[in-house]
Amino acid sequence: MVEMIRVGEIAHARSGDKGNHANVGILAYTDEGYEYLGNVLTETRLAEYFIPLRPRMVERFSLPGIKAYNFLLHEILAGGASRSLRIDTQGKVLGLSVLEMKIPKPKNYEKMVRQK
Amino acid sequence: MKSIRIGNAAGFWGDQIDQPVYLTRDGQLDYLTLEYLAELTMSILAHQKSRNSDAGYVTDFPEVIKKLVPYLKEQPQLKIITNAGGMNPSACAKMVSENLLSLGIEDCKVASVDGDHLLPDLEEHQKANESFTHFETGDDFNTVQERIVSANAYLGASGIVEALNQDARIVITGRVADAALTLAPAIYEFGWDWTDWDRLSAATVAGHIIECGAQATGGIYSDWNEEIDLANVGYPIAILEEDGSVFITKPEGTGGLVTPETVAEQIIYEIGDPTQYMTPDVVVDFSHVELEQVSPDLVKVTGAKGTPRPDAYKVSMAYQDGYFASGTLVICGRNAKKKAEAAAKMIFDRMKIAGIELERTNAEYLGSGDSVPGVWPEVEEPFEIVLRISGYDSSKESVERLMKELAPLVTSGVPGVTGYTGSRVRPRRVLSYWPTLISQNRVKAKQVCKTIKEWVSEP
Repeated sequence: MVEMIRVGEIAHARSGDKGNHANVGILAYTDEGYEYLGNVLTETRLAEYFIPLRPRMVERFSLPGIKAYNFLLHEILAGGASRSLRIDTQGKVLGLSVLEMKIPKPKNYEKMVRQK
Repeated sequence: MKSIRIGNAAGFWGDQIDQPVYLTRDGQLDYLTLEYLAELTMSILAHQKSRNSDAGYVTDFPEVIKKLVPYLKEQPQLKIITNAGGMNPSACAKMVSENLLSLGIEDCKVASVDGDHLLPDLEEHQKANESFTHFETGDDFNTVQERIVSANAYLGASGIVEALNQDARIVITGRVADAALTLAPAIYEFGWDWTDWDRLSAATVAGHIIECGAQATGGIYSDWNEEIDLANVGYPIAILEEDGSVFITKPEGTGGLVTPETVAEQIIYEIGDPTQYMTPDVVVDFSHVELEQVSPDLVKVTGAKGTPRPDAYKVSMAYQDGYFASGTLVICGRNAKKKAEAAAKMIFDRMKIAGIELERTNAEYLGSGDSVPGVWPEVEEPFEIVLRISGYDSSKESVERLMKELAPLVTSGVPGVTGYTGSRVRPRRVLSYWPTLISQNRVKAKQVCKTIKEWVSEP
């Protein structure tokens, strides 16, 4: 069986709203983690993960300088800040939910956790 | 090399009330900025102004300025830039001036900056081929035009720079791009060219990092631990140098954390395509920004690139869009989730029996993972659930009626209902957001810079 880890073991996150879209930034702690997340956190993977919230489309952008991927989740907020009936109208906690996603444990895992 | 320190002590209207004093006292600032306007704040202020022509600005600011009087006296270099003007910067400037004069400050110029307010001339702009199409959905403006309550362009730094050129010590704006509060003093102090895209970008990135206050200094950092002393969190300071170098720090002796991680989280906050971060003054490429820990709580920011400013200003409009309310009950004991689901069904069934149907309703079971429904990992069933019932409708009465169905569950519902106290929740008017564009050449910032005595003697 493949051993799994949480995304949150090798990355941190922040999310917020852009109208009815939300953005989720996933920031790797190390260069190795950034490279690995580039392979596993694809647009398709995020779109699948958020199926219950029905985003229309997921776009991924790279920020190599800060070892981060920015995911733009189109129309995921059920109306956005003023119209949504959800408690998290602005997508503030979507980032933390991605940190709970399970991904296969990579071989060089030790080089991806936050270096003390 | 010349450098300036710009500290931001408010990330929204409602942020920590004493931070402007703390940051000014401890931050060795050249500029204090206070950012108050969220996307829909202007529509609330527009509503206030429609009832009282002297209202429509952020009323916290004239109170804050009173507490800053000792520092304005002790720190001759200190200037203040804020978007507290909202829909009525001149009324705010007058109130600020009255408060300063009453506390013995006379020799100081205060400026108002507006020109962002588009509503009075909307039809004229339309005749000049401004379509005001929704820039995310492409929807036609005529679907909402009749219901528009506010329309404001995000102005750039030029009006603030002009006010500083006229010796303003306090600059009060309406809607400007948040980063303009930081960019303007840099342009004024360093005399940068308005086409020096990389330096404009560096200062814009600095503005973006500090605009949400403590979000750059450890607030909501996702790798939180108890040692990050957030009770005493220091608010962010950007140190800008003439060559475009940027450093982020916070006052010594404060809590929080300034590291590449905390700053990076704020860089990525609420952005779309990082190569195309649009502001009125420059289009910034964030994608190759790098961060380096220079010393504890001091991070250097490099690598921002800029390309020429867009032809259009972003415009934020708000339109009336029905009514909303939400109320909560706490459902406790064994099978809490199942009982909460039954309670929600009871509420909706009783509405049906009464013959009232809302356009949209929602039931959430908070405590069971409903903040990101269906996404959080499964949790073991808790012994209490917050049931949150929300409703939306164009009829205020229907929304009101839904809220009236909550309290009866205390006696006629499932066992274990508690936490319902206080009066019934009243529906609030929904003001929805309509983002669009307008050509820059159709909008012009207007600044008025006067002495305190001149403001006070205004009729």
